Amino acid sequence: MSFTAEQLQRQGLTPEEYARIRALLGREPNGVELAIFGVMWSEHCSYKSSRLLLKQLPTEGAVVLQGPGENAGAIDAGDGWACVFKIESHNHPSYVEPFQGAATGVGGILRDIFTMGARPVAIMDSLRFGPLEADAAAGVAPPAAARNRTILHGVVAGISHYGNCFGVANLGGETMFDSGYSGNPLVNAFALGLARRDQIFYGRATGEGNPVIYVGAKTGRDGIHGATMASEEFSAASEAKRPNVQVGDPFLEKLLLEACLEAMASGAVVGIQDMGAAGLTSSSCEMGGRSGMGIDLDLDRVPQREAAMTAEEMMLSESQERMLLVAAAGREEEVFAIFRKWGLDAAVVGRVRAGGRLRVHHQGRLVADIPNAALTDEAPRYRRPAQAPAQAAAPPPAGWTAPASEEALLRLLASPNLASTALVYEQYDTTIGANTLTAPGSGAGVLRLPGGRRALAMALDGVGRYCRLDPRQGARLAVAEAARNVACTGARPVAATNCLNLGNPEKPAVMWQLQEVVAGMGEACRALDTPITGGNVSLYNETLGQGIDPTPVLGVVGLLELSGHPASWRPPAAYLPAPGRAVCLVSAAAGLDAGQARRRLGSSEYAATILRRVWGEPPALDLAREKALHDFLATAAGAELVDSASDVSRGGLAVCLAKCILSRPVTAPEIAPVGARLAWPEALAPEIAGDAELALFSEVPGWVVVSCEPAAVGELRGLAQHRGLDWYELGRTEREGSGGERLRIAGRGWKLDAAVPELAAAWRGGLAGALGETAGTPTAELVEAQA
Amino acid sequence: MKIGVVVFPGSNCDRDAHGAVVRAGQQAVWLWHGSAELEGVEAIILPGGFSYGDYLRTGAIARFSPIMEAVRRFAAQGGPVLGICNGFQILCEAGLLPGALLRNAGLRFVSRPVYLRVETADTPFTRACARGQVLRMPVAHGEGNYFADVATLAALEREHRVVFRYTDAAGNVTAGANPNGSRANIAGICNRERNVVGLMPHPERAIEPALGSEDGLALFHSLTLASAAIGA
Amino acid sequence: MQVRVYVALKKTVLDPQGQAIQAALARQGHAVEAVRQGKFFELELAADTAEAARQEAETIARDVLSNPVIEEFRVVLPEAESQ
Repeated sequence: MSFTAEQLQRQGLTPEEYARIRALLGREPNGVELAIFGVMWSEHCSYKSSRLLLKQLPTEGAVVLQGPGENAGAIDAGDGWACVFKIESHNHPSYVEPFQGAATGVGGILRDIFTMGARPVAIMDSLRFGPLEADAAAGVAPPAAARNRTILHGVVAGISHYGNCFGVANLGGETMFDSGYSGNPLVNAFALGLARRDQIFYGRATGEGNPVIYVGAKTGRDGIHGATMASEEFSAASEAKRPNVQVGDPFLEKLLLEACLEAMASGAVVGIQDMGAAGLTSSSCEMGGRSGMGIDLDLDRVPQREAAMTAEEMMLSESQERMLLVAAAGREEEVFAIFRKWGLDAAVVGRVRAGGRLRVHHQGRLVADIPNAALTDEAPRYRRPAQAPAQAAAPPPAGWTAPASEEALLRLLASPNLASTALVYEQYDTTIGANTLTAPGSGAGVLRLPGGRRALAMALDGVGRYCRLDPRQGARLAVAEAARNVACTGARPVAATNCLNLGNPEKPAVMWQLQEVVAGMGEACRALDTPITGGNVSLYNETLGQGIDPTPVLGVVGLLELSGHPASWRPPAAYLPAPGRAVCLVSAAAGLDAGQARRRLGSSEYAATILRRVWGEPPALDLAREKALHDFLATAAGAELVDSASDVSRGGLAVCLAKCILSRPVTAPEIAPVGARLAWPEALAPEIAGDAELALFSEVPGWVVVSCEPAAVGELRGLAQHRGLDWYELGRTEREGSGGERLRIAGRGWKLDAAVPELAAAWRGGLAGALGETAGTPTAELVEAQA
Repeated sequence: MKIGVVVFPGSNCDRDAHGAVVRAGQQAVWLWHGSAELEGVEAIILPGGFSYGDYLRTGAIARFSPIMEAVRRFAAQGGPVLGICNGFQILCEAGLLPGALLRNAGLRFVSRPVYLRVETADTPFTRACARGQVLRMPVAHGEGNYFADVATLAALEREHRVVFRYTDAAGNVTAGANPNGSRANIAGICNRERNVVGLMPHPERAIEPALGSEDGLALFHSLTLASAAIGA
Repeated sequence: MQVRVYVALKKTVLDPQGQAIQAALARQGHAVEAVRQGKFFELELAADTAEAARQEAETIARDVLSNPVIEEFRVVLPEAESQ
């Protein structure tokens, strides 16, 4: 049999790849085999464009128990606990069908976690959408803005639906907007679970003759060629791909979780893997591949939801909530009894065999016989041509009229990129599990471990605009920011997972971005001792030739030992807790001259939102001092010296200080806010001290605002200076009562003086305003998105 | 005291309820939905979650499970039963409590801390509280909008069967304090005999200062106080 | 025999979804005075007569598919619907 170029294209294969398949098999593949190769060699499953680059990343460290290559990474969290975590994208499905796309994204990452024997305890999401409001100047027409709003509603409702029903605490994440994500929304879902260190399970098929058992939902025709879809650009025809989108059932997944954990505890399970992208195909060849064994599958035994499915359809189906497990021979009945108890289907669909081949039988015939290695290790790897884009960075505008600082601050706080995301995270169950110490609304989430003596902190971060201007620096900044957000809770960052979202790698400029992003990420992860334990690469995020900014999203996990009494101990907050506290700034940043500050202002939220231009370069980073900063923050929190810590990230110092005042604890929304009377310290950067715009809105990631009892200032200054960090006192928090609080910042020749209630109204109402919602009234877009 | 926590398929706050019972110093045992065996428990908790996926209606399928027959008999004999969140929905569907829980008025799932005013200390789950006391604990639900017809609401008020109301921190009943559109800011009610209580908020998640509040413990401590005559 | 059951909130119960849909339709220029959203079930019953099927469907609708506190239902046999 020989295949036409058209038939190959339908499977996402090139003529060269077809030739390689023939060489690997030593014969012509049949149709089923060609489909299996097509899906396993897709970018989504094979990482063929990125795999060679990803080898540069640091993956080992003192706490790493499992690096990349398994269903998820794992680290030693202490007290005999392993923390299993990973981030994964579900971008393409979320564009085609936002609610189900996002829901199944959450479902998929949760399965990756409990497949390892870990009970999921936290999820976070990194979301990016196109602008919510029409903007002729930015080329966002009203229908595009309406579509973006519907996508946001659908994605958030989908995450809410799946995570809440499954029963896992959502600790937040990030929600950002840029015109590049119009038509290319990003939905990156992170999950974290806990297992006993010595009871981690792996996706390995061992023991010749052991039964291969299929558990969970029946197989239907859903999601066929989903992995191939995620490996293509979007066109106008993509809307017609709706049948490709899978429908999630979080209730079934919850049952699957309980049944799998119970089966694992019984000792009857040898290996297990979820059926995610490329379903039965990838789970069977990867489980065989990892253990050097083969699997014989009999498709007639696969539980089927639809009639007359072909072998190709069954092998490629991406029906959700399914797992493949290998049990110890003779213990099948124990496994069946557990799944029956939870009302789930389980069936022996094959056997482990020596020989390292995937052999598939259907209706009495052998329909595929492929060496596992040909599908996994021998999949093509491309060193695709890379070329830095020719055009130089845009020059700074010749001049502009700066609005008053107060007005600029109000507009920034109300902009969707900086406004409160309570409207989003209040749809997520954040307290289930009764271990949430820091809920969404802070830079990082903090979750207590069983036993109460330790906690985990986690954060997701990434800024596409920085990466547009300098992908290597943007990636370094993403790592540093996620680690710094974790460090602000007092935790020590120990490991990372990454989701790299880029455009079409067949374009040399995109391939160059990918190279730069990976290089920058590797550098920062090495410097900060946060090895990468796994993750995901999502390419082809392009619609009609329009690609996204390169957007690496980093998830960093940190460990925290609780001092004091576990039942009442709380980590440092992100907000200023009380009047009369000292507000200080600790800096790991190098000095900033006026020229640098102007170039870097071009990558800020201030430039994008207020000046509506982007130019120049992202902020600088001193990784050695950054590491010292994290050590300072952990030490200071451990000694219970700090009340709060927040880094000066997007929006600059003014936005950071405003959010310190406004992000009141969600656990006590009624507590009256404080104000603050502060002075911008001249010595921080003398060249910009007289320029309110640069002083207030420059994004300087090495600056962290810390609050403490005035008596603790001396000791904290000593801890900072001992580590080579700079220390400045800004002033005090204060309460004037009767809602008269103000944020006052005085600089050389300028001052900012804003009423806190006005700042609060702008910040709290920003997102609802952009969505066209008045308080509490659902819009039809919301109803449609949830339907 | 031996307290049973029912596990339905899809329950997901069962472990937290179990933990709260233990934290209150009592013995917790699991009760499986498919069995009618109550194992000699002295009180029963129907925990939160999405029993049977909440397909059809929240709590609608759970009420047909074998354990619910036993819960009905236990309640009829005066045994204390507490339904939290989905457990409250199940008690309403099963007819053990009046009314129903509709979709939240804002159409969105709502997860945030709320304040509750204790309206009566005369139930087995509020005996350790004072009438008028304000408790803080989280809500997390999509369908917690309490509805009952006018006559039922009047009877609930007349018979002092509204157990908790959403209020602000100072205990004032305001529209802004109502997270879901519930009639009369009702967060929890009891039956005429006062031994069956249901509420939407999650006391089992407010059991330590580290979690932002330990006010929820009062419900679990209440059970252990010498029980006054039920129905008084 | 196939029987259809329609379930909707009672008229006395507020239906915010229906209201939001109506508002959207009005903005698009459709003169719709009211929208109520509900659920629809198709039951395949092994009943001998239409009347037996109707009776069984009514029992199922009353006891399981609807909650009489908030919802009302309507049972429709296909012949009746096509008339």
